[in-house]
Amino acid sequence: MEWEAVIGLEIHAQLATKSKIFSGASTAFGAEPNTQACAVDLALPGTLPVFNAEALRMAVMFGVAIDAEIGHRSVFDRKNYFYPDLPKGYQTSQLFHPIVGIGHVDLELEGGITKRVGVTRAHLEEDAGKSLHDEFPGMTGIDLNRAGTPLLEIVSEPDMRSAEEAVAYVKKIHSIVTNLGICDGNMAEGSFRCDCNVSVRYKGEEKLGNRTETKNINSFRFIEKAINGEIARQIDILEDGGYITQETRLYDANKDETRSMRSKEEANDYRYFPCPDLLPIVIDEAYVDQLKQSLPELPDARKARFIEEFKLSDYDAMVLSTYRDLAGYFETAANSAGDAKLAANWVMGELSKHLNQNDTAITDSPVSAEMLGGLLQRITDNTITGKLAKQVFEAMWAGEGSADEVIEAKGLKQVTDSGAIEAMVDGVIAANQPQVDQYVNAEPDKRGKMVGFFMGKVMQASQGKANPGQVQGMLKKKLDALANS
Amino acid sequence: MALDRSDVEKIAHLARLQIAEQDVQEYAENLTSILDLVDQMQAVDTSAVAPMAHPLDAVQRLRIDEVTEGNQRDNLQTVAPAVEAGLFQVPKVIE
Repeated sequence: MEWEAVIGLEIHAQLATKSKIFSGASTAFGAEPNTQACAVDLALPGTLPVFNAEALRMAVMFGVAIDAEIGHRSVFDRKNYFYPDLPKGYQTSQLFHPIVGIGHVDLELEGGITKRVGVTRAHLEEDAGKSLHDEFPGMTGIDLNRAGTPLLEIVSEPDMRSAEEAVAYVKKIHSIVTNLGICDGNMAEGSFRCDCNVSVRYKGEEKLGNRTETKNINSFRFIEKAINGEIARQIDILEDGGYITQETRLYDANKDETRSMRSKEEANDYRYFPCPDLLPIVIDEAYVDQLKQSLPELPDARKARFIEEFKLSDYDAMVLSTYRDLAGYFETAANSAGDAKLAANWVMGELSKHLNQNDTAITDSPVSAEMLGGLLQRITDNTITGKLAKQVFEAMWAGEGSADEVIEAKGLKQVTDSGAIEAMVDGVIAANQPQVDQYVNAEPDKRGKMVGFFMGKVMQASQGKANPGQVQGMLKKKLDALANS
Repeated sequence: MALDRSDVEKIAHLARLQIAEQDVQEYAENLTSILDLVDQMQAVDTSAVAPMAHPLDAVQRLRIDEVTEGNQRDNLQTVAPAVEAGLFQVPKVIE
């Protein structure tokens, strides 16, 4: 019998508001402990929550982007549990009437297959604070800066059947929320985290197996590893005649395995009820329409446009359209260079390589899109060779100025003067008599490959500056003349 | 619907309420009579009535997204029983 995995995901996207969902404290990351936790976040008696209009706008924006039903009347509920980093004793969330209802996203999988994955719902809630267990003997330290940060919890249908599909889904949601500008998508800082619900069953079976939930995985790679590990673990247990306990697990990246968290004895007894401190949120059709109008271009539409407008391949268009900043950079560079394919190659090649190696965000690239465009112009107009262009790029990356300044300063301008090239070609032929003899004595159809040796010598003699096309043409002409004489 | 001792103990635990052993029975009886009243009300036909999320017939007012609260840590932590390195200190919670 063949096994089949069933995967559903819960994604928590931290909304990029300036202030918290129910208070005027800052949401900025990395502040000193408890310096961004005000009386409301601390749940001091007598305080009341006031809902942040921007959090509402961002949530509705997401709903519109995934073609979802929008809850015109949505209600906050209290999810009750006790933990020191949750001072109120409940999390304000939405259970019964979420702001975003059923929607969907389309995934492009390998082999050109498109798969639609349902989004069950997305609801607004507040984040909890942070507990530090290891720093003080016998005590736990509580930092409430994060308490009250707005989250959009995006719940998928159990529509995914492999870790690859799950990762494709997470990447799709990630690209949507970052393109909308409603979440910074920073997984390392916890702005975008993922809980994976995994179960297995025999293929063809309707009934779902018992599932486990693996919490708070903070990279695409770990999502894939955690799910694959969990699928294998469950299959092992079932094939040994065992039973899958419904439980919450944690992924340990160092050991590459999931392990059981303390099983929740009072599982899911959160005693939800409508929050009496907050009134129902009512939004009208005009508000939703207005957001629909203001929706920025999303990755799928952008990809189609890149294929149409720039004649990019499907793969290039996908890579370059996924993120707003990368897409914007590419477009500027392509327009400035006047050659989209060349710009695509450089953005995905040399530029991405440098960004990754230096762990630099594209928005902080020392080589701006205009600067790269300027460099590419010098390739297309034959001022420099493609090979030397990489050297120019290095210099631009190091802050040595624009492409033209670097080319001028380093004297990298391509040699196209045929007299100068001819002199170099003659010099190389004269200095390499044995190879010339071999060429002359070779079968004509073998000669083509042998030109490469002379090419290398001439390019070396010109310090890479000779126009390769001209050198090749001249070499062939001269060598063939010798062979036929 | 009748609540027994174990229901009362479970609810008390979830709510982190300490109740005296000799009071459990009385709580069970009192809570059961409240639920009996709820049962009576269940008999009313409410199929045409929309569920009410809030007793006030009003909608949520929204706040502009602005940071209005600065760092008030020193002030707010004066009421905390224990503070160290800017963190509130609580008895160790084991995960």
